[in-house]
Amino acid sequence: MSNIFAFAETRGGELRRAALEAVTAARQTADQIGGEVRVLIAGAPGIAVHAAKLAAHGADIVLVVEHDAFTHYNPEALASTLAAGLANNYRAAFFSASAQGKDLAPRVAAKLKVGLASDVTEFAFSGDAVVAKHPGYTGKIVQTLTLKATPAIISLRPGAVLPKESPKAGTVQNIPSAGDPAASRVVVTDTVVGGGAKLDLGEAPVIISGGRGLKEAANFTLVEDLAAAFGNAAVGATRAVTDEGWRPHSDQIGQTGRLVSPDLYVACGISGAIQHLAGMRTSKTIVAINKDKEAPIFKIADYGIVGDVLEILPVLTEAVKAAKQGA
Amino acid sequence: MKIAVCIKRVPDMDVRFKIGANGTSVDEAGLKFDISDFDGYAVEAALQIKEKANAGEVVVISLGADNVQETLRKAMSMGADRAVQLKHDAPVFDSFAIATALAAELSTGGYDLVMFGRMSIDTANQATGTMVAELLGLPIITAISKLDFDGGTVKARRELEGSYELVECPLPAIVTIDEGIARPRYPSLKGIMAAKKKPLETKPAQVGEQRYTLDKMELPAERAAGRIVGEGKDAVPELVRLLKEEAKVL
Repeated sequence: MSNIFAFAETRGGELRRAALEAVTAARQTADQIGGEVRVLIAGAPGIAVHAAKLAAHGADIVLVVEHDAFTHYNPEALASTLAAGLANNYRAAFFSASAQGKDLAPRVAAKLKVGLASDVTEFAFSGDAVVAKHPGYTGKIVQTLTLKATPAIISLRPGAVLPKESPKAGTVQNIPSAGDPAASRVVVTDTVVGGGAKLDLGEAPVIISGGRGLKEAANFTLVEDLAAAFGNAAVGATRAVTDEGWRPHSDQIGQTGRLVSPDLYVACGISGAIQHLAGMRTSKTIVAINKDKEAPIFKIADYGIVGDVLEILPVLTEAVKAAKQGA
Repeated sequence: MKIAVCIKRVPDMDVRFKIGANGTSVDEAGLKFDISDFDGYAVEAALQIKEKANAGEVVVISLGADNVQETLRKAMSMGADRAVQLKHDAPVFDSFAIATALAAELSTGGYDLVMFGRMSIDTANQATGTMVAELLGLPIITAISKLDFDGGTVKARRELEGSYELVECPLPAIVTIDEGIARPRYPSLKGIMAAKKKPLETKPAQVGEQRYTLDKMELPAERAAGRIVGEGKDAVPELVRLLKEEAKVL
C-alpha cells in the first residue's frame, strides 16, 4: 500500500496554516484511496513540538528533522531529504503553493523526475492518475492536467483545502537530513517578518485590501483598524498602492503579486483592474466598497456598498467590533 | 559576467480569452503577444548588471515556433546582445520537458548567471527555472526582488507572504525574478534598428518526455452576480447582517 506525504511548512519556528492545509489534503486522499499519511517537518531543535497539531489534522507518522541549519528555510537540504524519502513507496506528495512551497516542490519533482501539478485548486485521484485543476492566464483560464508518474507532486493554492481536524496517532520518528544541511550552497541568512505579529496574506481567513480610493498612505490605518476588528484578518493592497510606496511590495495582491483565496475579501476603494482581480477572484465571499457604482469590482463582489470608503470604513469597523462582541 | 535570460512569448492578458477548437489551447485570433511580464523584468535586470559592470554579454533564449523570434528581437531591441531560438513547433506544457531542453542549451554556454522570470504569466507554474537548476546542478534563488553581487556571491531578497528572506549563493547560479527589481525599459528607435542586425541563432529544441498531459482548458465559472447592498454608511448594518447570517463569515 502506497502512502501519502505532506510537507509541513514553518517560518521562524512557527507552524504555518499552509502545513495544516497540506496535511488535511493528504488525510482526505488517504481516507479515499488508502495508505498512511506521513508528514515531514524540519527546523531547529525543538520543532517536534508541532507534531501534536499535525497529528490532530490527520498525520499517522510525523517525520522530524531537527538541525540548527534548518533554523531558516534551507531549500537544498530539504529538497534532498524529501527526494530521498519520497523515492520510497509514496503515491502522492502535497505541498502548499506558498512562497516556500513554490520554491521547494519543483526542486523535489525535478530530483525525482516526476510530474508537478502547481498551484492546484481541485484534484481527484482515479486509478493510477491524478487529475488536477490549475488556474492560469491570470485566472482567466482553468487548465486540467493528468499526472501519471508516481509520486504525483501537488502544490495546493493557499485556501483551496481548508485545515480540518481528523486526529490520528502522529507517531514521531526522528530522521536525519540527507547530506550535511550546513553545507547547502543556497543559504537564507535572515527572515524578516514585516508588520509585527499580524497575520499575513498566506495565513489569514479574512483579507482587507485597499486601493487608490484611500487617497493616501495614512488612510490605510482605516484598513488596518477594520482588519483588527475582525481579529483574523490580514491587510492587502493593489499594485497601484504598492507602486506608490503606500504599502510594501509583499502586500500586493494580483496577477504579479500574491494569489489569495480567503473566506472573506473586503476590497476598499478598489476599482477592480484585471491585474487585481486575477489575484483574488477565487475568494469565497467578496465585499466591495467603492464610490463608482460602475466599477468592475462590483461585477464579482457578492456584496457591494456604493460610497466614500473613508466615510464607510470607520462605521463598518465599529459594526464588526459590535458583531464580534455579540457573537 | 556572461548572462543568459530565458524568456517566453505570451498573449496580452487584458482580453476575454476564447478556447481553441481542440479544447486544449487558446484561440489566438486577434491576440497580441509580448515577453511574459516577469521575463521582461529579468531582461531589464540582466541589462542593468551588464551596464553597471560595463562588461559582459546578455544572451536571450526562447523555446517555441518561429513566432518567438519576434519576442527575442524585442529583448535585443532593449539591449540584449544575441539570441537563441530553441525551435519546437508543437506547444509544450510540462515544465520538466521544457527545462530539459533549456538545460541542454545552457550547459554548453559557459554562463555565470542564468535568469528567468519567476513564472510565465500564461501557464503560471513557477517551476521551469528551478527544474533547470536541478538538471544542471546549479544553486538557484527564486522569486527575488533585489539582486547584488559580492565577489562571486549572489545576494538576493526573496519576497514571502508579508515578509522576506535574505538569501546568498555562489556563482555560477540561477535566479528567478519577481516584480519590484526593475521596470523593463521601452526599446528605443536606435535599439530597434540595432536589434535587426544582432545574431539570432535557431536550433532544434531537445524537449524531454512530458510528465503530464493537458486535458482541457476552460473559462472559469462566472461568479454569481452580486448585489449592491446600498449606498453610503447607512448600508453598513445590512452588510454586517448579510456577512453574519448569509455568508456566515462573521
